[in-house]
Amino acid sequence: MRKMLFATCLGAMAAFAADAAYANEELIKMSQNPKDWVMPTGNYANHRYSQLKQITADNVGKLQVAWTFSTGVLRGHEGGPLVIGDLMYVHAPFPNTVYALDLKDENKIVWKHEPKQDPNVIPVMCCDTVNRGVAYADGKIFLHRADTTLDALDAKTGKVVWSVKNGDPSKGETGTSSPMIFKDKVIIGISGGEFGVRGSVTAYNIKDGKLVWRAYSMGPDSDTLLDPAKTTHLGKPVGKDSGTNTWQGEQWKIGGGPTWGWYSYDPELNLMYYGSGNPSTWNPTQRPGDNRWSMTVFARDVDTGMARWVYQMTPHDEWDYDGVNEMILSDQQVGGQARKLLTHFDRNGLAYTLDRGTGELLVAEKYDPKVNWTSGVDMNKSSPTYGRPKVVDQYSTEKQGEDHNVKGICPAALGTKDEQPAAYSPETQLFYVPTNHVCMDYEPFKVSYTAGQPYVGATLSMYPPSGESNMGNFIAWDGKTGKIVWSNKELFSVWSGALATAGGVVFYGTLEGYLKAVDAKTGKELYKFKTPSGIIGNVTTYEQGGRQYVAVLSGVGGWAGIGLAAGLLAPENAAAWQGAAGRAAAGRALESAERNVDTAGLGAVGGYAALSNYTALGGTLTVFALPQ
Amino acid sequence: MSCDPANRSGAWIHSTRRLVVDSNIEDMILRTICFVVAAMAIVATVGIAVAEDNVDPTAVKSEDGKYLDKEGNPTFKVAPDGTVDWYTYSGYRRYHSECHVCHGPDGEGSSYAPGLKNSVNTMSYGDFLAAVASGRKNVSTSQRNVMPAFGDNPNVACYMDDLYVYLRARANDAVGRMRPAKHEDKPPAAQQAEDSCMGKR
Repeated sequence: MRKMLFATCLGAMAAFAADAAYANEELIKMSQNPKDWVMPTGNYANHRYSQLKQITADNVGKLQVAWTFSTGVLRGHEGGPLVIGDLMYVHAPFPNTVYALDLKDENKIVWKHEPKQDPNVIPVMCCDTVNRGVAYADGKIFLHRADTTLDALDAKTGKVVWSVKNGDPSKGETGTSSPMIFKDKVIIGISGGEFGVRGSVTAYNIKDGKLVWRAYSMGPDSDTLLDPAKTTHLGKPVGKDSGTNTWQGEQWKIGGGPTWGWYSYDPELNLMYYGSGNPSTWNPTQRPGDNRWSMTVFARDVDTGMARWVYQMTPHDEWDYDGVNEMILSDQQVGGQARKLLTHFDRNGLAYTLDRGTGELLVAEKYDPKVNWTSGVDMNKSSPTYGRPKVVDQYSTEKQGEDHNVKGICPAALGTKDEQPAAYSPETQLFYVPTNHVCMDYEPFKVSYTAGQPYVGATLSMYPPSGESNMGNFIAWDGKTGKIVWSNKELFSVWSGALATAGGVVFYGTLEGYLKAVDAKTGKELYKFKTPSGIIGNVTTYEQGGRQYVAVLSGVGGWAGIGLAAGLLAPENAAAWQGAAGRAAAGRALESAERNVDTAGLGAVGGYAALSNYTALGGTLTVFALPQ
Repeated sequence: MSCDPANRSGAWIHSTRRLVVDSNIEDMILRTICFVVAAMAIVATVGIAVAEDNVDPTAVKSEDGKYLDKEGNPTFKVAPDGTVDWYTYSGYRRYHSECHVCHGPDGEGSSYAPGLKNSVNTMSYGDFLAAVASGRKNVSTSQRNVMPAFGDNPNVACYMDDLYVYLRARANDAVGRMRPAKHEDKPPAAQQAEDSCMGKR
């Protein structure tokens, strides 16, 4: 009897394990079907690339709007919809409404989920109430709400299957990132770097929402899930308590390192990849040391959460260069050798290529030539400063000290790129990167910590680089050599996620509201259409009934909407910055500035344009297709 | 409610942190806090009245480096050569640390929150202090605007006058969009008030 019970038990366990692995295999299989768009990142490697090629460089100019859908929410709309079979799942910012639309039946609303959330979470979301989308697995839709609750919804009915609370908004912990499903786990991060939260990544079981593991960005080894002997940083073991010993006192407890970016996964290595954000506060003087492991690329075992390797890109951040941007996985030849690569476009203006198995640093180059805070990363393996960026004293807000206004730092705190994800085409082997082209003045000063209150400690002002008027570029990047292949100027920061396709077309959105299609090889603009509001969402493609569609959420907002709504500078300030009329009398300065700006080459108002003159709030999904 | 600075008991003092300091400064801070608390009480009963702030912003006197209008409310002072008073400058810095992440650069507003440069024209000094201290909420089908209460946040609460003076200067076009190039020295009274309010390091 006992034997039989044991056998049954084993059988049940095996069945459960098979079931658990199933979600993963199901998703991998589904993501290989180009008709669907089953995860926010397109695939586990975060390529945002589609095999669909009905829309090509030759015919994209004929693209038309096929249908539209209003989300009923005004705030900034990041992320993009999922497509699974005949259903499309569209999400919105707070209150985080989710709609299931029937693509086969006039895009009718099959179900709608609108969670009840305390509106007091709104003001603790640093940069608008954005949400970057839902995830699918195991017949469920996973929603990471603003108040950090993770809802698992029945994909067919929208009914809540289970719900767990991941954080505490009263301490400034909020949810903005999209969940990702790796194996039988749903992975979510946390936002709140401007509120002194301690960032963590948590894995919940997709079946019942049970917490499997949680890994903090800083703290004792038991919290960070770093093995002192086995976890490596630039090839060397990290040693004991590396998550506390580069902090003074207990500052690590409010140390930041939020985890609100995108997550990628290599099923063969069983490693997931993501980056941690800025250390708290923005005043570097208040937190001496390297502040590990803020600003770090993590490679973690999906089953245990244990870190295989880490790489801190910006030790002791002095500029708010969060390291949360996506890690794109590609297999390419480097130096005649096939390598498993990870490429990351950091806020700090450097694009990194690493070996994703070992964490070996292969390439670290500027992807905007205006980046000036560093002269580059020390690539000499025997150097004591190996892997560290060399900081230019003039732009060090730490060296210049508290209450000193450091001028002309490039990039600005919003980074050469923020969360807006790049795309990778295995065909061209190029990365397509939406970028910001903005510099800043940064003055750090003393702040005190109050739970649930902003914990910033620096004064910033932002403007385009000296002598330039475009605030964004859309570039093609060769990750093997670290070089820009082509670069298109954009009036405003490009805050939309890119999409690459087998049709040789790359899509992205602009803050004025244009959906643009460019040639993947040359960057030549092939099509543009102005959607109802500025685009900070990511472009998606799918096929339904034999037609290829391209979909994008518009709805201006996010940090871009906050920073650029009124324009970065008024003409008189632009003049002062450009040096054209800085020393002239106010009246003359203004006149000269207007002339300056007029001739800037990007329209009448040049780079000092106010976004509010181009677009207004409102969430709409616009879906494009070729005429039938 | 008694707003006698000599009255140092009561829960509302505790909530405003570490105010055990020497006489003049404490009186000054308590006066501000009393104003805030009183204004909050008014808000609670009648809501914020939207009215043009027609008070002439011209500074008529100075108390320890802080300029006051004829009603005795804090105001800005800009010299002919562009030198601004300390509070305008300090308010610029505090605004761009604490407020601009929602309200946009230079009080100009954003896609997320209104331009305070205009708002201060439609509210009194008391309304301003009350809104900053206790927050605001405007949640409806179409609007989801929520401003948090900053009364417990010393990075804001200790600099309410600085913020008000800076925004008043912006509202009256006395300072432009950018860091004021020149400013008066930090008055000793401002330093003392800051140290006691923030808690000396």
